[in-house]
Amino acid sequence: MSKKSFRQAINEALRQEMQRDPRVILMGEDVAGGQGGSSGVKDAWGGVLGVTKGLFTEFGPDRVFDTPITEASYIGAAAGAAATGLRPVAELMFVDFIGSCLDQVMNQAAKFRYMFGGKATTPLVIRAMYGAGFNAAAQHSQALYPLFTHIPGLKVVIPSNPYEAKGLLIEAIRDNDPVIFLENKVMYDDEDEVPDEAYTIPFGEANLTREGDDVTIVAFGRMVNFANEAADRLEKDGISCTVIDPRTTSPLDTGTILDCVAETGRLVVVDESSPRCNLACDVAALVAEEAFDALKAPIRRVMPPHTPVPFATVLEKLYMPDSARIEAAVRSVMGYKAKQDA
Amino acid sequence: MQIARDILLRSYRSMRTIRDFEERLHVEFATGEIPGFVHLYCGEEASGVGVCAHLSDVDTIASTHRGHGHCIAKGVAVDGMMAEIYGRRTGVCRGKGGSMHIADLSLGMLGANGIVGGGPPLICGAALSHKLLKDNGVAVAFYGDGASNEGTTLESLNLAMVWKLPAVFVCEDNGYGEATASSYAVAGTQKARAAGFGMPYFECDGNDFFAVYEAAGEAIAHARAGNGPAMLHVHLSRWYGHFEGDAMSYRANGEVAELRNDHDCLKNFRKSVTEISLLDESSLDGIDASVRDEIEAAVVAAKAAPLPEPEDLLADVYVSY
Repeated sequence: MSKKSFRQAINEALRQEMQRDPRVILMGEDVAGGQGGSSGVKDAWGGVLGVTKGLFTEFGPDRVFDTPITEASYIGAAAGAAATGLRPVAELMFVDFIGSCLDQVMNQAAKFRYMFGGKATTPLVIRAMYGAGFNAAAQHSQALYPLFTHIPGLKVVIPSNPYEAKGLLIEAIRDNDPVIFLENKVMYDDEDEVPDEAYTIPFGEANLTREGDDVTIVAFGRMVNFANEAADRLEKDGISCTVIDPRTTSPLDTGTILDCVAETGRLVVVDESSPRCNLACDVAALVAEEAFDALKAPIRRVMPPHTPVPFATVLEKLYMPDSARIEAAVRSVMGYKAKQDA
Repeated sequence: MQIARDILLRSYRSMRTIRDFEERLHVEFATGEIPGFVHLYCGEEASGVGVCAHLSDVDTIASTHRGHGHCIAKGVAVDGMMAEIYGRRTGVCRGKGGSMHIADLSLGMLGANGIVGGGPPLICGAALSHKLLKDNGVAVAFYGDGASNEGTTLESLNLAMVWKLPAVFVCEDNGYGEATASSYAVAGTQKARAAGFGMPYFECDGNDFFAVYEAAGEAIAHARAGNGPAMLHVHLSRWYGHFEGDAMSYRANGEVAELRNDHDCLKNFRKSVTEISLLDESSLDGIDASVRDEIEAAVVAAKAAPLPEPEDLLADVYVSY
């Protein structure tokens, strides 16, 4: 166990799985370090994220592949390779680039197993960074996990810290279905205690990062950390919160969410993706349908507005959910008074 | 060119099977008993068969929406295909794929594909598997002249060259992308496109099995030897519409009749092999009769086969969930 960054945790997961299984290969733009540059330096870069640095040196050109900037062909190639015996991990860089290659994920990889009568296995991982907070503007800041969650056949993982990232990525690589693994771009330098050895965290099992009696907060990815901050402040005022990190949006641990709401009777959902048809809607619908009688207050959703992600810092701050807004939402559900029957 | 007698017999049988399969579907579809869309491969048989004659189960192909011919040429069971097209539980995809998604990965058949241009990227991946797993296999993408304009196809030509993949890109140019002629929709030439990527290019007359067999042999040998990908441009024609029910009002009167009379790959094959006494008429007639029976039996069995069960709806979305 030692302190590792989110970036190091992902690198270590990739390295350990590549050591364990020769069928695990990496592909993506610059992930081998940038081939053919005039410096002659091999493994110069490790992708724009720096996540894969060192892996080309350790595993060589038959395991780590730079691609041209052609997402449709290499994401499709990763799907085709997965269906024919390899276990590719493809880096899409920014998840926003899914626009260039969605067909290969949505209509190909995700559909093979069902459409081919259960006879195909597609052990594919697509890693990509998501999220606002980096002044990366509208085409490099989206949190598109609802898009993937919507597609049957895909699994969707959103780790909330370095420990989670390592365990969930190893699980993703060992999983036999196509997995979308989303890394919040603001978190790459976040540090955490991360075991040195390989370990897995199962999909579809939520993690309770705080346990309390008054309000259940469900938050995704980076929002889990904001929810924890809000819960810690509220605790001092005597409001105790349960914070649920679902870890995966597909599968979604609906049981834990319903159990917690049954105990607290109040729900706040924090989702940094665009507000229409997002995970907050999904969780709110689940609870409204399955736990209506337990609710003591209306469900509150903390989300960005229905706009593209703005560039300017002042606007981006306004756009993003934060711990203050989560705190306000919790106080609002705590203060709810039902109207008396007429 | 020397072709072993068993290859000739097998290839003839395969082409005849495709022809009869598709002609029968044309008739059966009109009765309304077959759900969904069906795109027929009649007239193009020599292409799929001439290419797949060089492939074994180790090798991979990806097909198109017009995929029945490629499936049969790659060895997918005809009865399982027919049952699939009828939406039956005994179909190769248990009735959950249908005509456009017939696949059998155990035979290296990576699927027909409902998305134009969907196959070439997948074939880059299959070729990468062959290369890294060192099984000496090649991966072949069939795609049409319409798909030749898709970005996915052009990206795949580039990627296959960059990674020096054992891949062959077979452009089946039947002159129409749906209803729009390739003379209108394709800028430049397939040959120049291959050259643009530095990719070896072969072309052939798709009505002539022997021409396809020879050109495909060269392209596939090039890829299998580790020299990187190749493009094979096959000139051919489809005898039916884009899909069944297409009135083909965009085609001149008499165009298809002329194709059937003068450019029939099966007639051409029979003429070639009997003229020089490679095969005799009676052995070919025997194959014809046998295939007729096989198709009849497949249709009868498909119509009698059980429908999927309600529990099949939820099965096989994931390996584990």
